[in-house]
Amino acid sequence: MPETLELVVNGEPRSLEVEGRTLLVHALRDGLDLTGAHIGCDTSQCGACTVLLDGRAVKSCTVLALQAEGAEVTTIESFASDGEMHPIQRSFIGNHGLQCGYCTPGLILTAADLLARDPDPTDETIRHSLRGNLCRCTGYQPIVESIRAAGAALREGAAR
Amino acid sequence: MIPAPVRYARATDVEHALELLGETDAKLIAGGQSLIPVMKLRIARPSLVVDISKLELRGVEIQGDELRVGSLTTWDDLLGAPEIHRPSLAAITECAHRIGDLQVRNRGTVGGSLAHADPASDMPAVLLALEATVQLKSPKGERAVPLVDFVLGPFTTVLDAQEIITRIVVPMPRLGSGSAYVSVEHPASGFALAGAAALSGPDDGCRVAVTGIAAQPLLLADEDPEIALETIEIFGDRFAPADYRRALAAVVARRARELAAERAKGDA
Repeated sequence: MPETLELVVNGEPRSLEVEGRTLLVHALRDGLDLTGAHIGCDTSQCGACTVLLDGRAVKSCTVLALQAEGAEVTTIESFASDGEMHPIQRSFIGNHGLQCGYCTPGLILTAADLLARDPDPTDETIRHSLRGNLCRCTGYQPIVESIRAAGAALREGAAR
Repeated sequence: MIPAPVRYARATDVEHALELLGETDAKLIAGGQSLIPVMKLRIARPSLVVDISKLELRGVEIQGDELRVGSLTTWDDLLGAPEIHRPSLAAITECAHRIGDLQVRNRGTVGGSLAHADPASDMPAVLLALEATVQLKSPKGERAVPLVDFVLGPFTTVLDAQEIITRIVVPMPRLGSGSAYVSVEHPASGFALAGAAALSGPDDGCRVAVTGIAAQPLLLADEDPEIALETIEIFGDRFAPADYRRALAAVVARRARELAAERAKGDA
């Protein structure tokens, strides 16, 4: 039996009909046409579906859509504004942090959570934070470098 | 994967949650990091999920000689709680730091993990070593169950169908205590092949609990881990046969004891 879900997605109040069993990732992709949150493993392993829920990275395949009632959800679609990419996105491009790109939205959202809490993380902290995001292309080293450089860019932006 | 059809209700307080749990096949959901995966596999097919994630059962505080952890406290909350940053409780953060991954630690709760009772879950070993008690509430009233009596076996606890974990209580260890958690994880799943938690007191006494090796996390009955492990029926699988797990458990138990004793020296 469908129920109405009201939440704020990328700063805009949204309303849609979902079932009790609808997962947040399906509500975003099928209900709101926000296909940046990818479905990879669908078993809470790969992190391709990572979004921010009230500012914290979560696997949207492992949250019931109705649990996000009233919450603020941030997806990759909100990162670029006015044709300008977000510093984390630019850093991933500049440091070869992606190849096929399937895992990239999830990695960028995880990095956003990490860097919001720890603007200057050690490589060990970055690696520990990436435990829940699988990448089959890069071998992770360029991703660690991308996040390290993104942290520096964000700190510089904040200082200006 | 999509869960079987299920109705959803958000509880407004503990009493409301208990009332909703009166329905046969209703199930509580908080962070959902254990329940949603099994619902997607359709191993769990509740008729109703009762969402308690917004109830005021979240947070960490020290009251008198007790550490009180609300059942809805997430792993990430534990990592950020200054109350726990002391040698005697170091095992809690050491363990929480390694649970799941960043996203799972943001959602997953202590109470949810205890109620799920996965035989390889990490935190029960720590809470056993720290002599924790689980506080429960049902329409019949409240009761406090020592963790050692709470888990009955794999995925099985003493919780009644219409009962909820409200709080986990840890007696503050005496001054001069240290604790530690050491585990060897399966590299893919992250679950412990063998994990051990130790609480070392000021008088050289030590409590050690192990996880990942038997039907449930358990306290070791002897000071010498190898002697204690002899009497335990150890679980084995294709990743780690029973003999290997037994040897590994002795290693992590020893390491946890040494680390806890070392930390006890710094508890002033």
